[in-house]
Amino acid sequence: MAKGDPGAATRSKRAAPRTRRAAATGEPELVQLLTPEGERIESALGPDGTEYRVDFTDEEYRGLYRDLVLVRKLDAEATALQRQGELGLWASLLGQEAAQVGSGRALRTQDMAFPTYREHGVLYCRGIDPIMPLGLFRGVDQGGWDPNEFKFNMYTIVIGAQTLHATGYAMGVAMDGKTGGEDGEAVIAYFGDGATSQGDVNESFVWASVFNAPLVFFCQNNQYAISEPLERQTRVPLYRRAGGFGFPGVRVDGNDVLASYAVTRHALDNARNGQGPSLIEAYTYRMGAHTTSDDPTRYRIASEVEAWQAKDPIARMKAFLTKQKIADESFFTAVDEQARTESVHLRERVLAMPDPQPVTMFDHVYPNGSPELDEQRARFTQYMESFEGSAH
Amino acid sequence: MSRIKEFNLPDLGEGLTEGEILAWLVKVGDDIELNQPIVEVETAKAAVEIPAKWAGRVQAIFHPEGSTVEVGVPIIAIDTDPNAGPIEESTTAAPASDLPAPSAASLAAVEVAPAEGMVEPGLIGGVAPGGRTAVLVGYGPRNAPAKRRPRKGDVPAQPAAPVQAAAPAAPAPAAPAPVAPVPATAVNGNGRVSGPVLAKPPVRKLAKDLGIDLATLTGSGPLGSITREDVQRAASATATAAEPQPVAAPAASAASFGADREQRIPVKGVRKLTAENTARSAFTAPHVTEFLTVDVTRAMKALDRLRDRREWRDVRVSPLLLVAKAVLLAVKRYPMVNSTWAGDEIVVKEYVNLGIAAATERGLIVPNIKDAGRLSLRELADAMTELVQTAKSGKTSPADMSGGTLTITNVGVFGVDTGTPILPPGESAILAFGAVREQPWVHKGKVKPRLVTTLGLSFDHRIIDGELGSKFLRDIGDFLADPEAALLAWT
Repeated sequence: MAKGDPGAATRSKRAAPRTRRAAATGEPELVQLLTPEGERIESALGPDGTEYRVDFTDEEYRGLYRDLVLVRKLDAEATALQRQGELGLWASLLGQEAAQVGSGRALRTQDMAFPTYREHGVLYCRGIDPIMPLGLFRGVDQGGWDPNEFKFNMYTIVIGAQTLHATGYAMGVAMDGKTGGEDGEAVIAYFGDGATSQGDVNESFVWASVFNAPLVFFCQNNQYAISEPLERQTRVPLYRRAGGFGFPGVRVDGNDVLASYAVTRHALDNARNGQGPSLIEAYTYRMGAHTTSDDPTRYRIASEVEAWQAKDPIARMKAFLTKQKIADESFFTAVDEQARTESVHLRERVLAMPDPQPVTMFDHVYPNGSPELDEQRARFTQYMESFEGSAH
Repeated sequence: MSRIKEFNLPDLGEGLTEGEILAWLVKVGDDIELNQPIVEVETAKAAVEIPAKWAGRVQAIFHPEGSTVEVGVPIIAIDTDPNAGPIEESTTAAPASDLPAPSAASLAAVEVAPAEGMVEPGLIGGVAPGGRTAVLVGYGPRNAPAKRRPRKGDVPAQPAAPVQAAAPAAPAPAAPAPVAPVPATAVNGNGRVSGPVLAKPPVRKLAKDLGIDLATLTGSGPLGSITREDVQRAASATATAAEPQPVAAPAASAASFGADREQRIPVKGVRKLTAENTARSAFTAPHVTEFLTVDVTRAMKALDRLRDRREWRDVRVSPLLLVAKAVLLAVKRYPMVNSTWAGDEIVVKEYVNLGIAAATERGLIVPNIKDAGRLSLRELADAMTELVQTAKSGKTSPADMSGGTLTITNVGVFGVDTGTPILPPGESAILAFGAVREQPWVHKGKVKPRLVTTLGLSFDHRIIDGELGSKFLRDIGDFLADPEAALLAWT
């Protein structure tokens, strides 16, 4: 990761060199490189003794901050659009920006990602136009991006199902001989704490393990499976479950974009080098509702939300950039302005999305159609045409 | 170009049909920004704030706080260019009140945002009063009369009602337009009682597209289901008849006993729930009610002494608190009353979730105090105060209302002596607490004015026999007659 830029030497001076063992932080066994107060920790040890560190240029630090702010703002705009009747539903990522941007930026171009329906931040990092998921949630298309082009699969609504897809894909990668070197391909599967109770996820653990699949299981533990708290999902920290399946697990501060990056990059590199799967538990918090159909005030208390507010991923990054004089107020203002402009642009494009013709619902069922479907389409078209003034 | 935009209540969840306006966060005349929270709305799923869709100035607010609004109905009008001078159409005369109906003029001034403004081609009537627009997502507001799309080859004779409704000269409705007008065809011609109608989905769709209400048809299919032919026959009949629905004109001055002097209130929300619960309970649990009149003078004095204590200074102390305490102590002595009839077994609960029936603006609700048996008197007082305040402010959550095991209803606050309460479903005892009045009472051999109240206890005879119910009620009475002695004796 070392970039050898002029800023590197000065930075090592201003950041106190210290290594923190994960278990010593008070929080249970958490890899952290940036504290909630914005203090930089030089390196941190994982439970298996792996030392995690990052060495970014100033420009890269600022880039990560920009990613976090943009992702949050675009997400807020989507939530507002749902409240205004322009989207059917929205699953907000509020609070989970660092886990998504950190892991998303850790992906190399050739790596393949399998998201849930909340990975808007990873989608953004993959270079996909943020309008894409809004078409899906507006109900006018099926998602719109090409998973092969962007190496980012379609959103999966079924809880945990994508871990099986990812496992199969990763096994295929290994069988194609694409692992075993620095340029190897790795796969990442995203899921939440609630999904760890699903059979699919546990089956994926088994298969990925015994077939040594180049797969990183990235669990964003946001503490709630809709309304069900973590203590109803597990008696042990989730990352420790990996041990029972025979691969390493690590818990990272999911509100720390630097640690999320470091841990994910390490796990991906292990996978691409043929060292098999691993589990990352990004310990974070869903600041908003599960989706716009949910009301979190019915099952969690305000003081808990406030406690996590103090661990906000963007605030700590801003504090760090300010203290280290990596960015100044004009930079922050410019980022806010960029976020505002992009969100307004996003809104305009959502409002301009055309409604699809009803008959197009037959278009993407089979790649080459089927006799039965063709007949249904013909009948439906005939039905629509029986009305005056119909386009069909 | 028009600049007043009306915002329709969206489907805030997935497939919701209505929401309740909890609070307006803006008022007429306010300047607002894009995405500024303007209103708090509660649906069956969540209470949420809705952000403004446009920047501008609030021109009108159509529904007051506390009203239930159907999805798709306009709730607010926003002037998106307030500094451009007066609006040409004479909306200025309209909003004397904060809550005008969307007037014809203001509707004419409404600019429909392009994405949602595509009136379905061939749709009779176009935009109906109320600014109904095409649905983008979700399951579709139905606030317009059933729309009939003409099929090719139809005589252009169209049903009268919708056309009139859409005529630009139609006078503005005096009150907010009824949200779901019944289509003319829905008026029942053949006396059939509405109930579940059997029809296959494609037939339902056809009927919907043709504006035919399935409930008015007699099915000719298997099991009386409605077939495609039935719908088509009905459609051609209405097209040729084009009958204006005969509205029985009320006789000039004679006393009328018809619909014009009746009000029809849709049964929904809390009223519906109350109706279902009480009817279910009354006709499944065999109720027995017993009464006991008690001299509570000593108890009222004890309350006064409690209020005088320094550490109780800021606590709300009411007679109901003592009644609650009496019930909780009596339950400890007779745990069987705190139980549920579960068909082949009786579930006796060690915990008491004490329900307190509360009359609120939304209607009767019965939130309960969880595990009230474990609370000290002080904790109980605080819990009751909080429960009442939460209920009054309309913020009682479903969790607060579920899981009750035994209930007190304080009918005394309405100035009556007692009642025969109906058990909440799943509970086997409920106590009515009547008014505390000064009455002549034999006290130490002489008739004296004393503070007296009457308790009414209903219980489920499947579980509780007269003996147990009587002992339980007697204990409550003993406590209220002399709380200090009862505390010493029982605890």
